[in-house]
Amino acid sequence: MQEFVEFTLGGVAFGMIYAAIGLSLVLIWRGTRILNYSQGAMAMFTTYVALIVINHTGNYWEGFAVALASGLVLGAALEWVVVRRIEDKPPLNAVIVTIGLLIFLEGLAGIIYGGQYRSFPPAFSIVGLTLGSTALGISRNDEFTAGAVLAAALGLAALFRYTSVGLRLRATAFNADVARLLGVRIGRVLTLGWALAGLIGALAGVLVTPSTFLYPNSMDSIFVLGFTAAVIGGLESPVGAVVGGIVLGVVLNLAGGYLGSDLVPIFGLAVLALVLMVRPSGLFSTTAVRQV
Amino acid sequence: MTDAAALAVQDVVAGYGGAPVLDGVSILVEPATITAVLGANGAGKTTLLRTISGLVRPRQGRITVGGANLARKPPEAVARAGVAHVPEGQGVITELTVEENLRLGALLRTGRKGRASRAAALAESYQRFGVLAKRRHRAAGTLSGGERQILVIARALLAAPRVLLLDEPSLGLAPMVVAQVMDLVRQLRDDSGLTVLLVEQNARSALRIADRGVVLNLGKVVADADAAELLADVGLRRHYLGF
Repeated sequence: MQEFVEFTLGGVAFGMIYAAIGLSLVLIWRGTRILNYSQGAMAMFTTYVALIVINHTGNYWEGFAVALASGLVLGAALEWVVVRRIEDKPPLNAVIVTIGLLIFLEGLAGIIYGGQYRSFPPAFSIVGLTLGSTALGISRNDEFTAGAVLAAALGLAALFRYTSVGLRLRATAFNADVARLLGVRIGRVLTLGWALAGLIGALAGVLVTPSTFLYPNSMDSIFVLGFTAAVIGGLESPVGAVVGGIVLGVVLNLAGGYLGSDLVPIFGLAVLALVLMVRPSGLFSTTAVRQV
Repeated sequence: MTDAAALAVQDVVAGYGGAPVLDGVSILVEPATITAVLGANGAGKTTLLRTISGLVRPRQGRITVGGANLARKPPEAVARAGVAHVPEGQGVITELTVEENLRLGALLRTGRKGRASRAAALAESYQRFGVLAKRRHRAAGTLSGGERQILVIARALLAAPRVLLLDEPSLGLAPMVVAQVMDLVRQLRDDSGLTVLLVEQNARSALRIADRGVVLNLGKVVADADAAELLADVGLRRHYLGF
């Protein structure tokens, strides 16, 4: 039973990372119908920026803040400079361009920072917490990770629900033509969507890297699992991405704990396949599936 | 003459690639009037409204509102210049609540007193359209066809437009609801001095409330006259309007 609790709580902590990547994918998908394959690479790049600042200043929080700010700027810049040119083009163009961005960012990181593995400091202690004599399988840093992603998700929910900016974002996501007819400058709205996605991705990067090391394609496997979390949630739903991330994290941690860590990638794919077979539109999507 | 017009469309050519759908269309819409745009399916009525509101870029011609040329401006710029377009199929954002749809319409009220102005306009809208007040927290997708039509008109009015473009407001509505919607459009002209360009398949209903009528056929204007004259012209009605 103790193992089960450990694996489950540890899974929730890791699931929050997948949730953050999933959330960033959902933000862009809802607004532009583009699946951003470069999301993981963007997070990797901003984590390098954070590491440089931390090494330079010796202050984790300065690096953390700079990573989030650079994620915001990188997301906005990519939308403005590159993605805007293909937003009304066939979907395959977006696939090719975002994969191109992935290769570009990973190549650029390799040129600038080299290919060696670098350790990245955690925000808090990674020593496991105990309740009495029972090990909980999570650390203060895991608590921070879960809290930070939850706060980001709640902040986004509040932004969407209670602000005029959020109303513009939602209107653009649901019906861009009508939003434009109502005076919404959707170019700015889409830039903001990418910027927010860049910010959330940057958060995921600095939160996950203490347990994975940092190298140019260190976020590739995390991106795949974040994508899986988003698909489980239905790609449309921010809440779905968070729940999908947690479910995935728990399932993978239980599988890794009981059956061996080699099976984790297989279980990730199995969860994805199961959801696509049983409910192809995801657990939280309201979009009907069309038979062709 | 175009200076006095609330909306002037001059020699506009527009389409979706290939042969133009609008081929040299010119229309003048006087302030505080209703101009009905009529014609068979494929005549170019909806394309005309989409071109005025910026959803379709004209290949040539001028579109002026209050003297400013809006041709080739994006829809958001046209909306900000005071043109509200209620598209065919109503344009309700079904996933948002009634209130959120209305708040979207009021977003163009900006400036120092923007927030107060938006709140006041929303309250006034609820007073005018009681059915929306009752359903303000419901998803707009749950409204009936008639209620949705009222919602999109109310939403357009919240932007305080100079010109309202209405595309097929009677589409899919019961005859009694159509009469209510047409009454509402007439009231907007009479009480608020709103300028309306009304595209309508139901030519008889449209001409009854319109001051002027324009008949399109295959992208060209084939008649432009007082609504009463068009109603009296039996030959033109039978040939182009089907009644």
